[in-house]
Amino acid sequence: MELYRLTGHELIRKIENKEASSQDILSALTQRIKAIDAKVNAYVRLSGSPEHSLPSLDQTSILRGIPISIKDNICTQDHNTECCSKILEGFRPPYDATVIGKLKNSGALILETKTNMDEFAFGSSTENSCFGPSHNPWDLECVTGGSSGGSAAAVAADEAVWALGSDTGGSIRQPAAFCGVVGLKPTYGRVSRYGLIAFASSLDQIGPITKDVRDCATLMNIISGYDPNDSTSVNVRVPDYTQSLVNDVKGIKIGIPREYFVEGMDEEVKKRVEEAIGQLRALGAVCQEVSLPHTEYAVPVYYIIATAEASSNLARFDGVQYGLRTEAQNIIDMYKKTRDKGFGQEAKRRVILGTFVLSHGYYDAYYLRALKVRTLIKQDFDKVFAEFDCIITPTSPTSAFKIGEKINDPLKMYLSDIYTISVNLAGLAAISIPCGFTKKGLPAGLQILAKPFNEEILFRVAHTYEQNTAWHLQKPTF
Amino acid sequence: MSLNKDTIKQVAHLSRIHLKPAELEMLSGQLKDILDFIDKLKKLDVANISPTSHILAINNVFREDVPKNSLPADKALENAPVKQGKFFGVPKIIE
Amino acid sequence: MEYEAVIGLEVHVHLKTKTKAFCGCSTEFGNAPNSQVCPVCLGFPGSLPVLNHLALDYAVKVGLALNCQVQEYTKFDRKHYYYPDLAKNYQISQYDLPLSKDGFLDIYLNGKAKHIRIKRAHLEEDAGKLIHQQDLSLVDFNRAGIPLLEIVTDPDINSPQEAYEYLTNLKSIIEYLDVSDCDMEKGSLRCDANVSVRPKGTSGLGVKAELKNMNSFKGVRDALTYEIERQIKSAHRGEKIVQETRLWDAKSLKTFSMRTKEQAQDYRYFPDPDLPPFIITQEKINEIKNSIPELPKEKCQRFMKEYGLSEYDARILVSNKNNTDYAEECFKAWKDKNKKPVANWLIGPLAGIASSNNIEISEVKISAKDFLELIDLVENKQLISNLTGKTVLEEMVSTGKSPSLIIQEKNLAQISDEGVLEKEIATVIKENAKSVQAYRSGKENALMFLVGQVMKKTNGKANPKVVQEILKRRLTDA
Repeated sequence: MELYRLTGHELIRKIENKEASSQDILSALTQRIKAIDAKVNAYVRLSGSPEHSLPSLDQTSILRGIPISIKDNICTQDHNTECCSKILEGFRPPYDATVIGKLKNSGALILETKTNMDEFAFGSSTENSCFGPSHNPWDLECVTGGSSGGSAAAVAADEAVWALGSDTGGSIRQPAAFCGVVGLKPTYGRVSRYGLIAFASSLDQIGPITKDVRDCATLMNIISGYDPNDSTSVNVRVPDYTQSLVNDVKGIKIGIPREYFVEGMDEEVKKRVEEAIGQLRALGAVCQEVSLPHTEYAVPVYYIIATAEASSNLARFDGVQYGLRTEAQNIIDMYKKTRDKGFGQEAKRRVILGTFVLSHGYYDAYYLRALKVRTLIKQDFDKVFAEFDCIITPTSPTSAFKIGEKINDPLKMYLSDIYTISVNLAGLAAISIPCGFTKKGLPAGLQILAKPFNEEILFRVAHTYEQNTAWHLQKPTF
Repeated sequence: MSLNKDTIKQVAHLSRIHLKPAELEMLSGQLKDILDFIDKLKKLDVANISPTSHILAINNVFREDVPKNSLPADKALENAPVKQGKFFGVPKIIE
Repeated sequence: MEYEAVIGLEVHVHLKTKTKAFCGCSTEFGNAPNSQVCPVCLGFPGSLPVLNHLALDYAVKVGLALNCQVQEYTKFDRKHYYYPDLAKNYQISQYDLPLSKDGFLDIYLNGKAKHIRIKRAHLEEDAGKLIHQQDLSLVDFNRAGIPLLEIVTDPDINSPQEAYEYLTNLKSIIEYLDVSDCDMEKGSLRCDANVSVRPKGTSGLGVKAELKNMNSFKGVRDALTYEIERQIKSAHRGEKIVQETRLWDAKSLKTFSMRTKEQAQDYRYFPDPDLPPFIITQEKINEIKNSIPELPKEKCQRFMKEYGLSEYDARILVSNKNNTDYAEECFKAWKDKNKKPVANWLIGPLAGIASSNNIEISEVKISAKDFLELIDLVENKQLISNLTGKTVLEEMVSTGKSPSLIIQEKNLAQISDEGVLEKEIATVIKENAKSVQAYRSGKENALMFLVGQVMKKTNGKANPKVVQEILKRRLTDA
């Protein structure tokens, strides 16, 4: 099999066995990107071969010089990091994100040409990118999901060995589901946010997008951990997540929330997820219905809190120190015109909504109320996790929709986050793994949720399911 | 709760974003729909619920008063659209 | 109709930590622009704040010294407004849960004490500096992120002089705590004033003007004087006072209205999601309390008790910490129980020399040993007169020599020997028969004239007290 088809752990073995070098791998990947990215548009600002960091000279490092692809909102020193937004055109951060430093220290080769995303991570389809949408490798007319659509598509199309994405309301898991790959959102505070260009500070996390569960655990070992530069990162020991890759779910108690199987969800997706649950039962897991009564309030709560924080985090984009600046007579004009020209539609919409819910007279009715409902949502999960080891849901109510289908209906777009959003609100960990295909041949995703700092159970259940099925071995016809 | 055009204009000013009339029109409609949807939160009784500002139960995260390397001025100014010497330049402010 | 002024003061004090509030950049003053900056204080995308431990400790220290209630639970909020010197276009500050509140500071005016209530003292970060040129404004972020303590009084101040006293007392306390340089010229202390007028005897609050741009305590006093008069004149003319911000112009000695802002600022405060809250335990409070040195008020009481000083003298001496230390050194080394001579020489001649050289008493280059020696020579040994003593003091400053040496070199020793003086006195009596006659017939002034003549004859070296006594005896004898 061609090198670019292999998983990270398979490539590590190849290098260990001297069957290939890291240079071979980089070449193979580069050829692959050149061959197909014009169709997929997973990478942005790509001209010819992707740029990359200097390969590590350490032959025995964990990651052996294997390339990793990075979402455009994670800072890489002296290399363009633009959040796929015009307002950050040309921005080169003078520092590396903490996770980038950790990856480099583990011997990774960082691809400096970044992967596509919805501008500032605002979106569920990667259609909000100023570089145009990425195309789903399983059906190029369909979206990849978002906002980490570029990373998910690259991994699915074997244009990336593995990748980093970010997740605020499902932005790793939903594109992973749409593209038939694995995506994990760590517990809030598990992975440092230093160097992640912030969308919603109390919800954001960086996480891996990979071809299989083992690769995901391998990356999680490296990127997790306390960072003194991030006041919200937690000093909790990082276990060896690969130790959790055990093929056994006997006796594991899994809760299935009734509110997550709504009317209007795609029948095919529903069936695949139910089949998956059946398989886990057959493997010895105990699956029971549970209730998360405040589920229907998650999307409105999210869109208040996330937009409020986003409006605040995006206030700094004003043309003064970096990025786009328009010609103007005075400073206020400069601010207004720069932000008009630099922000796309969705960004404007969210900044304005976020500013509104924080403004004088509306703060109590919207923002404060949303914070209180957030407490209720968290309490729902606390109750369930007191009895159950994990929770299983579909990742998304649908499979990948057509490019252009939802873009003019923001509310409809927001509702596609319905299963992933609560996880961020409650600070939990969650993984999405492929669990089959719809009749149209589009991937369906299974989401597993765990209580904070219990990624181990995610890896155990996900690995078991994966080893007893073959979805992860199927590739799009590319 | 409706977000009428005047409110949106005010909020756009607070956000320092210039909106063209067509945008204002479109946003008006879209934000109204979104707010109507969000209003379902009003159904809940949250009188005795405390707000969650921080999902983690951590406190007192500090650093020591020990100097760390700063950026060289050139590096700090590298991305500046307009600079003069070692300063960032902006259109003249009249106070 | 008589009017009275109602004043509230808002003081911002730079805490003199080595590094900034939320990053490790230096806080040193006066270095090359943008040489003390990093991604955090520049507000670069992806950067995150981490609180400087010492900034919080210093803030608590000041709160305690101002008799405030230090809060057990405190947090930071984001305060949003757009300005080029505010890197993130929001300031990390404190809104509804400031770290300390409800304290007071006593001032003394015309022998009476007055309680000025302190509403709150909270921690926040400073903004950068703007320099305005011909066509461009320039921004230097060295100052951005320096920890500030904002101290706000209730509107308990009723005159410009009271405001002046408040500021000098506040500065005094903070200097004692050694947590700030409190130098208005260097910008480590800034003061804004809110002032309104109301008919005397009423209790409501009138419409207030916010005064800014005062660069010294005297400037604050002058600005308030001007503004109060302006408002009273307006009131007498029946004009309405507009709530506005006015800038003090130290050249023309007037306040001017700033171009009116369209509406009241909506800062959209919300808790900063990047900074988990802070718990200040009673233990911590006690630890900090114990580190507070004897403050001016207590020191004043002690000086009065221990050194027998009047309240007036004591208060002058304790107002400046370095002066106080010098004074205490002198008092301790002065062997006599009666310390008043030392106090007099400190507050009189030494302070006089200090002020004519524009320095503090403690900065005058005279050792306590030499100073006390001089006082001893004048007061106890009466080797020289008071007047000569002052001259010797000045010599001591310019030459650095000891008083005995100067007296010896310049042959300034006072003649107190009665035997020697009798001779001169006899001569003077002989030469001034008229005055002698005048004195004998009741003109007291004539005696002083005769003393003066003796002083002339002895080149000022005669001890005037002794001369006076001898003359009296001689003249009333025969």
